[in-house]
Amino acid sequence: MIEVRLHGRGGQGAVTSAELIAISAINQNKYAQAFPSFGPERRGAPVMAFVRVSDAKIRLREKVYNPDIVVVLDPSLPTIVNVTAGLKEGGWVILNSSKDEKTLREMLGGYQGKLAVVDATKIAMEVLGLPITNTTMLGAFLKATGLVDQKYLKEALEHRFGRLAEKNKAAMARAIEETKLYT
Amino acid sequence: MGKRVAKEVSIAIADAVKLARAEVIAAYPITPQTHIVEHLSELVANGELDAEYITVESEHSAISAALGAVATGARTFTSTSAQGLALMHEILFIAPALRLPVVMVVANRALSAPISIWNDHSDIMAERDIGWIQLWAENGQEAVDLVIQAFRIAEDRNVMFPTLINIDGFTLSHVIEPIELPDQEEVDAFLPPFKPKYKLDPRKPLTMGPVGVPEIYFEAKKAQDEAFKNTRRVILRVWKDWAKRFGREYNPVETYRTEDAEVVLLINGSQAETAMTAVDKMREQGKKVGLMRFRLWRPFPIQEFRKAVSKIPVLAVIDRALTPGGVGGPVGTEVRSALYNAARRPRVVNFIAGLGGRDVTVEDFEEMAERAAFYLKKRPKEAYEMIGVRES
Repeated sequence: MIEVRLHGRGGQGAVTSAELIAISAINQNKYAQAFPSFGPERRGAPVMAFVRVSDAKIRLREKVYNPDIVVVLDPSLPTIVNVTAGLKEGGWVILNSSKDEKTLREMLGGYQGKLAVVDATKIAMEVLGLPITNTTMLGAFLKATGLVDQKYLKEALEHRFGRLAEKNKAAMARAIEETKLYT
Repeated sequence: MGKRVAKEVSIAIADAVKLARAEVIAAYPITPQTHIVEHLSELVANGELDAEYITVESEHSAISAALGAVATGARTFTSTSAQGLALMHEILFIAPALRLPVVMVVANRALSAPISIWNDHSDIMAERDIGWIQLWAENGQEAVDLVIQAFRIAEDRNVMFPTLINIDGFTLSHVIEPIELPDQEEVDAFLPPFKPKYKLDPRKPLTMGPVGVPEIYFEAKKAQDEAFKNTRRVILRVWKDWAKRFGREYNPVETYRTEDAEVVLLINGSQAETAMTAVDKMREQGKKVGLMRFRLWRPFPIQEFRKAVSKIPVLAVIDRALTPGGVGGPVGTEVRSALYNAARRPRVVNFIAGLGGRDVTVEDFEEMAERAAFYLKKRPKEAYEMIGVRES
């Protein structure tokens, strides 16, 4: 079982990202669950969402405490939230940032593990015209982890976004292109 | 055959209500029930569900309108949570006494104060004695299945009792997971149209709910109690039929790895799944731990329960509600009472966990099983112990 924790700010679509990953996994015949950090979410406030993907039935209703993958949708979050908390050895941290590797590792308290970085805000502004980074970050997530097939994620995007799907798919594709992996 | 889809449990519940061809929905939105009734209102507005959606100004009105609707012979659904359920309180008792088989989903949430929108079982435990058939779902699939079954059970002429399904707020209601939704034809074959013997009809006037003078009230309540206990037979029959048609089994008391178990955890609702994972882990370590949960909470399945626990040394009942100043949590108290005169009974230890959205983790279940094992040799001194609460 692979566990994912997504950090975002209310309105950036962390919950939607979590849902799209789970929907893609379920549609490719795996077991998955997605759920938000339950609460009265406010626009701009730090929020979390969780995903589990497994080949077997998932029988867990607790939050994700030891993620294999952490996805951070907002560049300012690593300085105010401990995003690497509980991260499993060998796990991924996937960041939206324009900063270089060294600065980011320092920002993460000397984090030595696997790191994926993409300037998702820039891509989202250019492709979508909005600083909503969820679908862009899914591109970085795909490139780093390959946890779900791109085909199923595209289908899930089409189903969710309708006529806006093309732009979101384009943002995702550009993120796949531009994400840098530091392992 | 039904199709396996990725769906939020609340949305799947609304889809199940549609598959059951509900004719009236009267509801007032409240977190965490909201997505259920929002989706139902969409289905009605889109013309996908041919039903009357009655928007009301409160939960008191929601349940009142629902009872009026079901009294006219319309298949009726409502849903609520916490303060909303509490606001329904006085009307909830009227439904079973008038034998009005409305179906309700309760997305369980803590009662205020402090204000909490998060999950525990204090809302439904305050409504134990309303006289409704009460069921618990553990996951999205069960929630969907139970909603469809609930209409058939409630509306059976040998039942005619309101029926509610408990689903954990957020920890179940807001989760996307794989769910198999049955086909419409399959549901139609399972669930016949609602045809009550008596209904409100201006062409054939009758009175529902007249005064019960002292000469008749007691007999009316006895009749209600007898009829309520008799619903068990129908419930079991419906579950048997469901298993035959859909391959998923439902039992009044569900057990998991309880054979040869020395300690059995008992918890209702979705967190029983977390407990299963804890049981698997402990079994791997050679610990003889099992799990049980009530599927049917009212009428209390005393025969099945006594049988299920007859060989268990220690039963650890995990309550997700408090009975302030009482002798245990609501489930713990009930279980002890059910076993007091049983020939063979386990030692019962009662834990309170997960109030107001506090997570109950695999580790918490391991801790409870460990503490419970301590009572294999000793009687518990305290009425209950709290787990997962900060002491400083």
